[in-house]
Amino acid sequence: MDILIFGIINGFTLSLIALGFTFTFGISGVANFAYGAIYILGALLTWFLLSSVGLPYLAAIVISVVVMGLFGFALYWVVLLRLRGIVLNEIIATFAIGMAILQFLRWKGFVGYEYKLPPFIKGYTVIAGYGVEYQRIFIVGVCAAMVLILYLITHYTRVGLAFRGISQDEHTAISLGIDSDWMGALALASGCALATVAAVTILPLGVIDIDEGFKVIIIALAVGIVGGLVSIPGVILAGFALGFSQQLVATFFGPGWTMVIFMAAILVILTVKPSGILGKFKELEERI
Amino acid sequence: MNANGAPYRKVRIDRGIKARSDSIYIVSSYRELGYTLLPRVLPVMALLALPLVLGEGYWGRVLVFTCIYALLALSWDFLQSVGMISLGQAFFFGAGGYIAGALNYYLGLPPLITIPIAALGGGLFCAGLLAPVVRLRGIYFSMITLVYPLLLSTIIEATHVLGGSHGLPGLTTFQSPYLAMYIVVPILIICLFGFRRIMNEDYGIVMQGIKDNEQSIMSGGINVYWYKVQAIFIAAFVGALAGAIATHYWGFVGMSAFALEFSIFPIAGALVGGIGTFAGATLGTFILSPLSELLRDFAGLRIVLYSLILAGAVIALPEGIFHYLQRKYAQFERRVKF
Repeated sequence: MDILIFGIINGFTLSLIALGFTFTFGISGVANFAYGAIYILGALLTWFLLSSVGLPYLAAIVISVVVMGLFGFALYWVVLLRLRGIVLNEIIATFAIGMAILQFLRWKGFVGYEYKLPPFIKGYTVIAGYGVEYQRIFIVGVCAAMVLILYLITHYTRVGLAFRGISQDEHTAISLGIDSDWMGALALASGCALATVAAVTILPLGVIDIDEGFKVIIIALAVGIVGGLVSIPGVILAGFALGFSQQLVATFFGPGWTMVIFMAAILVILTVKPSGILGKFKELEERI
Repeated sequence: MNANGAPYRKVRIDRGIKARSDSIYIVSSYRELGYTLLPRVLPVMALLALPLVLGEGYWGRVLVFTCIYALLALSWDFLQSVGMISLGQAFFFGAGGYIAGALNYYLGLPPLITIPIAALGGGLFCAGLLAPVVRLRGIYFSMITLVYPLLLSTIIEATHVLGGSHGLPGLTTFQSPYLAMYIVVPILIICLFGFRRIMNEDYGIVMQGIKDNEQSIMSGGINVYWYKVQAIFIAAFVGALAGAIATHYWGFVGMSAFALEFSIFPIAGALVGGIGTFAGATLGTFILSPLSELLRDFAGLRIVLYSLILAGAVIALPEGIFHYLQRKYAQFERRVKF
């Protein structure tokens, strides 16, 4: 029973982490390897606004989400615009920037127990005999809300239509008057904003640990690849599959093996069905 | 009229001496001969003299590690020339390092035997593990290679095999620092010119064709995937060789052999130097590696500065230093009226 409850929550957590990465990749094809660094940076920015500036919690969160969104926008215009289409250089540049951010934060000394976000509401509730913190329920709620918002934006707005156009065929979309650079920048900005949302929702359960930034990339990759890297329902499904297997492995083999799950999942999926559980699209031309 | 409104444009033309020294006229004078030979002989001479100049102190050790990174960069560049972008050179490095380390630690074999076995075994091991995924292309292949070293180090940590997280200490080391330097420098030179030769043979032309257009090579009746496995074997052989040498140089092998820095430094070197020529990868590593040693004075900021330099180089000079120098050496620019 505890496997069921915590597996579900774990599934939502992983989906929430991977959402931003997958969204950016699905639309603009940019694999944002600075994602983990942005996740940590967003959390630390919220912490700074909350404890040093003294803003209310909600305002701190909103401001850091917006700031990180703008950061992603700037990242696209300053760096990625010059490298579009050279996949390797995109990866190296974003990876180097992510590394620079994380190591800079470490150098500034943001390591330790005092760097901790408070939960939205303290305390816990009891579900089927197991204590579940309110924060974990918030994770489920926020993840569901984000998926709903992304669905509504991509299906019922003009920007969303442009997003889908770019992701299906960039050249045709350009010929129909969609500015692919604007859309790429917007996609990266929303990816970064989603990373911050995920960070402030998930990190109150622990401390803000800089090494978490590297794990976040692996998790986002694993969930994204298993889910197919283009479809949001795939992300949710993959999040659940991995969340449950992680919970099972932690229960039966010990917590040291949980990271193995992610990497093994990437290997198995890419070997057996490279387009992921739900991804069909671009299957032939790009992967095989 | 170009974008700036100037009535001129620039064109590049091969220098006369370049055109002559490409053909049989190279034998016409020592000048032509020197023009071709100098850029090849001079670096080799410099490399061979470097251990004597640097001595066995700190910079001697830097030289050994620069050569090891350069070997990894060459191996990366080779895979890249066949259209496979690896983000996991640490996989080759760690496989070679652990094979050499285990043979020395458990069986007590000397480095003279462990290093060749490790190179061969590492090559076969990596080619075997990567063979099922050679059908993947682009970023999907890269992600697999990124995951393998992390996976192996996590497995070693979780199962405690091969020394677990403590690694295998107390391995045989090279008797003198000069021996290490004069093992690694000739290997680097052989690899550099060997790879350049392979790429100019028929075999290498098929390899390059795979990168340019896989379908057309397939339609020529060539088994592309078999060629790719061979390419992975060659690259992994060199990477594992580097790992085995590093293991015996340290006298230690541990999970750090699968660390991200062995994946990133070689790629950084190759990108800064310029990809596709092997000489560029070597040049880039010989610029970046001492630079990162100089940055050690900045302690905690070292990796920050290093990453920023890397990002800057990738953005500002995407073709790489070597291609730039080569162009300046072989061509000149002039302005022409539109």
